Amino acid sequence: MMTLHFHIEGGNFTNAGFASSQVKKTLKQLNIDSGLIKKIVIALYEGEVNIVAHALKGEIVVEISPETITMILTDEGKGIDNIELAMKEGFSTASQKVREMGFGAGMGLPNIKKNVDQLFIESTVGVGTKLTMIKQLDHA
Amino acid sequence: MNLIELIELVNAKIVAGNPDHRIIEKAFCSDLMSDVLTIDTDQLLLITGMANVQTIRTAEMADIHAILLVRNKKASPDMIKLAKENNLVLFETSISMFHAAGKLYTAGLKPVY
Ligand SMILES: Nc1ncnc2c1ncn2[C@@H]1O[C@H](COP(=O)(O)OP(=O)(O)OP(=O)(O)O)[C@@H](O)[C@H]1O
Ligand SMILES: [Mg+2]
Repeated sequence: MMTLHFHIEGGNFTNAGFASSQVKKTLKQLNIDSGLIKKIVIALYEGEVNIVAHALKGEIVVEISPETITMILTDEGKGIDNIELAMKEGFSTASQKVREMGFGAGMGLPNIKKNVDQLFIESTVGVGTKLTMIKQLDHA
Repeated sequence: MNLIELIELVNAKIVAGNPDHRIIEKAFCSDLMSDVLTIDTDQLLLITGMANVQTIRTAEMADIHAILLVRNKKASPDMIKLAKENNLVLFETSISMFHAAGKLYTAGLKPVY
């Protein structure tokens, strides 16, 4: 079992994607199938960008075992009021600044769901959000 | 299509990477990175007017190895550095997205959808 840990700064688009990039490098070193790596890092990157775009700060913990990868993204921020609505393609509350960076189409959460085996979202308005994403590694 | 030939067709200037021996089959035009992240296609060219570090990060995650910046959008030093680290070919042209797409479509590049 291997665990990777990252701190994410809200609002900082310059560094957004650094954690996902490190995870991608690690998975490549572990010789995981490239199609599987792509799905995992796209989901993680969407989650990482969401922390940068919508929260104040966050943590990413990635646990890799021979069978599964579990990615836990916890943030402090405004939280999500209606998770079902947030999961709908096209729903976005992204700011103008986020849109200028090429994000804010309301496609991130549905895309995460598409790329992982299991997605759990817990959120408390005014406190923060926790995403747990799980992907099997042993059947490609 | 050979990437070198493609770059000549749109009169682009390479700012990072080496196009040698790379083949591109399809292209996707978008300024919306969340849209680019939904595509699962190999040997894809991204044509975009969105020039920032997240454009390069998005390509890294989506396994895209060629990016054309249109309409005189310039790659920043940070973008060039990250593109090189990820073995990505980044090139700039003065022509518009529509013009570049038209030329490349006519020359045989295929759309994703
Ligand atoms: N970590 C988070 N904290 C607070 N709100 C969030 C968080 N993640 C998502 N949301 C809310 O859910 C909405 C939908 O998220 P989603 O990722 O699908 O789209 P987006 O981030 O707005 O745009 P895109 O992902 O296409 O760039 C967001 O606009 C925001 O309102
Ligand atoms: Mg998002």
